Amino acid sequence: MQFLIITLKRAGFGLVLLVAVLALNFVLIHIAPGDVADTIAQDAGGLDAEIMEQIREDYGLDLPLWEQMAKYFWGVARLDLGYSFYYNEPVTKLIMEKLPATLLLVISAQVISIFLGILLGVTAARNPNGVTSHFVTVLSLVGYAAPVFWTGIMLIILFSVIVPIFPIGNMIDVSVERDGIAYVIDVLHHLVLPAVTLGSIFLAIYSRLSRASMLDVLGSDYVRTARAKGLSEFQVVFKHALRNALLPVVTTVGLVFSGIISGAVLVETVFSWPGLGTLAVQAIVARDTPTILGILFFSSLVVVVANLLTDMVYRIIDPRIKTSEGSQA
Amino acid sequence: MSEELKQQSLSHQEMGVVQIEHPFTEAARMFAANYAAVAGLLVLAIIIVVSLLGPFLYTVDPWEMVWSPFSPPGAKGFLLGTDYLGRDLVAQIIHGGRATIAVGCAAALLSVLIGITFGALSGFYRGWVEEILMRITEFFQVLPTLLFSMVLVALFGASLQMIAFAIGIVSWTGVARVTRAEFLKIRELEYVTASRSAGAKAPTLIFRVILPNALPPIVVQAALLVGFAILFEAGLSFLGLSDPNVVSWGAMMGNNRPFILQHSFTIMYPGLAIFITVLAISLVGDGLNDALNPKLRKR
Repeated sequence: MQFLIITLKRAGFGLVLLVAVLALNFVLIHIAPGDVADTIAQDAGGLDAEIMEQIREDYGLDLPLWEQMAKYFWGVARLDLGYSFYYNEPVTKLIMEKLPATLLLVISAQVISIFLGILLGVTAARNPNGVTSHFVTVLSLVGYAAPVFWTGIMLIILFSVIVPIFPIGNMIDVSVERDGIAYVIDVLHHLVLPAVTLGSIFLAIYSRLSRASMLDVLGSDYVRTARAKGLSEFQVVFKHALRNALLPVVTTVGLVFSGIISGAVLVETVFSWPGLGTLAVQAIVARDTPTILGILFFSSLVVVVANLLTDMVYRIIDPRIKTSEGSQA
Repeated sequence: MSEELKQQSLSHQEMGVVQIEHPFTEAARMFAANYAAVAGLLVLAIIIVVSLLGPFLYTVDPWEMVWSPFSPPGAKGFLLGTDYLGRDLVAQIIHGGRATIAVGCAAALLSVLIGITFGALSGFYRGWVEEILMRITEFFQVLPTLLFSMVLVALFGASLQMIAFAIGIVSWTGVARVTRAEFLKIRELEYVTASRSAGAKAPTLIFRVILPNALPPIVVQAALLVGFAILFEAGLSFLGLSDPNVVSWGAMMGNNRPFILQHSFTIMYPGLAIFITVLAISLVGDGLNDALNPKLRKR
């Protein structure tokens, strides 16, 4: 019951944050130099004032500011993020078309980095001066310092140009018509390099973190007790220790979510991955304000939901946290 | 949370053992004993000196087309070759370092100023001030950083100042959290109560009593932020959002991006420059962290 109340409270606050993002969006549109009519006029190579007035009227730009704002908010409440005059399509539709590709990339990168990161961290913690431990140290430095798009380019050079085992970009091979299992394999083949590139940043974070927290936990009394009971090493490490060692990792997954989106924008651009990031960059180049702000809002929504989910997971795996302040105390 | 408790109990243990030494000398000694951090500092010093003095010693103009485009490294005496317009890559890297480091430092400075203000005020006053400021902090944590900076730079123009601002405005939440945590801890200590009862006003308490003692973790954050901002600038430039009138490492990569496959060296070198710089910064940051928080040394 308490779990439900806390979750609802958090969700309510998330909603407030999203409304704030919307307000910010609206302010940005209005203080930015130039409006829709100017952009269209520029594309058309100049329009006369009468037509520009007409366009402003069509887009509702002649209405009082508060009315425009109300219209904008009401639209978003009905999942209408505006209309892209560059793509000639509703922004919501554009986003929904690109979303699956981004989700596939982001989730694969996270699965790879969480799984490998924990594995490396645990191995390193069991032998703090061993090879794996030094590897984790180097990895966390390199993973942080290398610009992620540069890592991607270097991987393309290595694995698509010098040793051509992976495609240089895109999500599917458009030259061949595939369906069923062949299609899935083709997508996975294209997914490997982008997912590894995006995962590299988070692998660095997770491996270092899980090593530190595992080291902490392995030195604790209850682990000694578990060992003294005669449990196998596997049971001690993976059943008793890991559960507690995972807590900081779970918190971090929630915290880095905004970073995951940033990374995805860059990685998608490098690999021409047809997702939201590529769409955002194209929209920026085309000065397509409704699309770019729609993506900004939608990504904030994703971060809010991700934070909410991590919070819930955290509460489920750590029953000690009962109050809403618990995670910070 | 359990970590903090542990640190405190460790510090109590150590109190009996640690000899009295000026905190600064102690930190410097510990930093000097950390070879990785010293190496990082050395590399960083070299990078800064080269970017500052290099243009006077190596006088090739980074904008001038000196040889045919994409000359491979070493051709015609140009050590790293030329870019897509036939401009000397060595000259560009030397000049680019200035803009890159300047943007990194400016953005980090802005972040630190905002972060300290938010963290200090909320940690000191608590109550509704804390409530409001922390909600604003959460708002900036939810905002997708790169996308928001992209919007700012795209809408208000890609000048070096705007880029630094766009990076700084999204990167301060970490500093705010660290500062607040330190303030919450320190404001309860006896010497703060003593100053308070001696009649010290809020500004004195915040700036002269608490802040100096809260600085160590903030300094570490600030150092890491410079590296983060450099990576961020590179990312924005790679996406085409760079100041067209300035050479920076990020802009070099952005400009040569269409030719990745045929002439990868034009992207490899500036990327390597960024990699080495950020690596050096994070080694220094880790070193500072160990030196300024002796309790954490065991890590």
